[in-house]
Amino acid sequence: MTYTLSGVSLANGEVTNVVISGNSIVSVGAKVDGEVIDCSGLMVLPGFVDLHTHLREPGKEDSETVLTGSRAAVKGGFTAVSAMANTSPVSDTAGVVEQVFRLGKEAGLCEVFPIGAVTVGLQGEKLSEIGAMAESAARVRVFSDDGKCVSDPLVMRRALEYVKAFGGVIAQHAQDPRLTENSQMNEGEVSSRLGLAGWPAVAEEAIIARDILLADHVKSRLHICHLTTKGGVELVRWAKSQGIDVTAEVTPHHLLLTDSLVESYDPVYKVNPPLRTNEDVLALRAGLADGTIDIVATDHAPHPTEDKECEWSAAAFGMLGLETAFSVIAKTMVETGLMTWGQVSQVLSINPARIGGYARQGQEIAQGSLANLTVIDTTAHWTVDRELLASKSRNTPFHGQKLPGKVIHTIFEGVLVVQGSELTGMKHE
Amino acid sequence: MNNHLLSINDLSREEILNVLGTAAELEKITSGPTKKLPTLRGRTVVNLFFEDSTRTRISFETAAKRLSADVINFSAKGSSVSKGESLKDTAQTLQAMGADAVVIRHGSSGAAQRLADSGWISASVINAGDGTHEHPTQALLDAFTMSKSFPERNGDFTGLKVAIVGDILHSRVARSNVLLLAKLGAEVTLIAPPTLLPVGIDTWPVRTSYDFDESLESFDVVMMLRIQLERMNNFYFPSEREYSRRYGLNENRLLRMKNGSIVMHPGPMNRGLEISAASADSSRSVIVDQVGNGVSTRMAVLYLLLGGVPLSEVSS
Repeated sequence: MTYTLSGVSLANGEVTNVVISGNSIVSVGAKVDGEVIDCSGLMVLPGFVDLHTHLREPGKEDSETVLTGSRAAVKGGFTAVSAMANTSPVSDTAGVVEQVFRLGKEAGLCEVFPIGAVTVGLQGEKLSEIGAMAESAARVRVFSDDGKCVSDPLVMRRALEYVKAFGGVIAQHAQDPRLTENSQMNEGEVSSRLGLAGWPAVAEEAIIARDILLADHVKSRLHICHLTTKGGVELVRWAKSQGIDVTAEVTPHHLLLTDSLVESYDPVYKVNPPLRTNEDVLALRAGLADGTIDIVATDHAPHPTEDKECEWSAAAFGMLGLETAFSVIAKTMVETGLMTWGQVSQVLSINPARIGGYARQGQEIAQGSLANLTVIDTTAHWTVDRELLASKSRNTPFHGQKLPGKVIHTIFEGVLVVQGSELTGMKHE
Repeated sequence: MNNHLLSINDLSREEILNVLGTAAELEKITSGPTKKLPTLRGRTVVNLFFEDSTRTRISFETAAKRLSADVINFSAKGSSVSKGESLKDTAQTLQAMGADAVVIRHGSSGAAQRLADSGWISASVINAGDGTHEHPTQALLDAFTMSKSFPERNGDFTGLKVAIVGDILHSRVARSNVLLLAKLGAEVTLIAPPTLLPVGIDTWPVRTSYDFDESLESFDVVMMLRIQLERMNNFYFPSEREYSRRYGLNENRLLRMKNGSIVMHPGPMNRGLEISAASADSSRSVIVDQVGNGVSTRMAVLYLLLGGVPLSEVSS
């Protein structure tokens, strides 16, 4: 099939036509071919890439499956997601990562890259068969015990060293377990009043500092998941200034929401790492704008209603993110003048594709590139309605919020999987 | 008053004084041979206790019964609630039973607010202690006790010097008392080892001290908090003996307290740990009075929340 996105803007503001045939871009310029999709007033960007997604399958299919998560992803403009390893069974063997990979292929809406567990059962004690996962059909390159921290320094050191054999990266969930036992929210002024056990910034920063030094020592590649504190941003900034091979991500919710929302005791705001202070939010935005933080990743964490419809301490940690990520970035980074659309494309697509080694993603919008694209309306506003989400779960903290920027079309390997902000039912075979 | 009592923040200064005034009036009316008033006849009060607290439950039960309300005790600990049945299901069950007020004690901070805000139930919700957050009726009964202990002040708390000593970090009693006493103009000093003061306390309307002896002579009220022994396992303090020596109200400290000052404790006490037996039983101690005042205060709260027959009608 051949079609043309006509009158579409590139991130630099240039208006052009993009002709797609098969799975590739065949022309960017004056030429029009095949069916014409009028994209005047819209902008085309490389398809978004999420390096941090919980798809819950296998094991927790009541909250999300690879298929429903893929639907949510493409509605949010993502053409690739990375499925975190805390499934049940844990994605710590070639068998499980291949299963997730195959489910992604069957869904056919976006690329699904399984992330392998660093340690067996996420227990932090014994390295999982990282090499077998790397050599499997899923070709895993990103390894993480996300949800849990690889807290033992020796295990972390060995993991960092081991993945060098095939260019892998360890994505660390930085949380000192002893400093965060039973913790419920950011430790500070709000937690002191609410009587909820604190999750102090130092518990995150101490691990980041240690892992930066370990990565430097063994000359390996470290990725810090969901940075949330001002101090963490400063540590990563220092590491980069020293030439240490570290990258970092921030979630959309940590760019917008603060711990004052916890005053409602509504567990929709319960997330790990927790919402921090306004000062942290501003530091994260500045860090993302100046390149200290490389990417935005959603930490999309679906939970069934009953796990949030309860008292705070009994509720699960986590928030949905895929379908609102782009709009939250538009609000926090573009509307504020901190970033251009070109920079958005860097942090949502080009950089995460590079970190994950996702060669088919984040390509330049040019003749010969693969057609993994997102067409957005930068001027539209929409109101988040949790009942209209494609995700199987409803735990979005943005319900009822009016946000700028809307995903209109998503193109995966040339296939229009989302058109006019709705799933088309088409998939890549 | 609002429909609920979840936090002292729900009450204005005037509303607090109204509760205290109503408690005094109810105490007077029920001090005669007939302790019972018909004011809440036909109303149903549910005591929903997810944590054991015989003292608080009995206090609320007595208060409700003296106002002629029907009382249902729902002890959720060890029942289906402990695992499986959710707060939501329990709330909906109580709603179906026609509860007018739910008195909830829960181990999770914010549980009372969650119950009130959720839309699961239309009854008035009274927080009888939620995790380490608040215990507003305890603060009200403590204030009622203080106002009775200093009758010359005529209910004026301005400049009253109150020390609250012990595990502030985990104390819902301290949080509610700090909020209430600040609203009434008392000067509060929180005394604890640094480990038992929360990070962020610098934003509270209080002074803090690590040294119990520093200005002991200046306090009108010394309120001791129960220390839980399991705190030792998390390194909050090295030993019972050391805690008791540095932060316990022993006889030496009792003797240094100023004339007319009082000793309070929300109970249950660890005699010999945070408070010596002699201090607990001394003439300064109003600990037993607190229990009786608890009933009058909780009657006042139930009466004001549920809008019973006006007191002027029932007392005549």
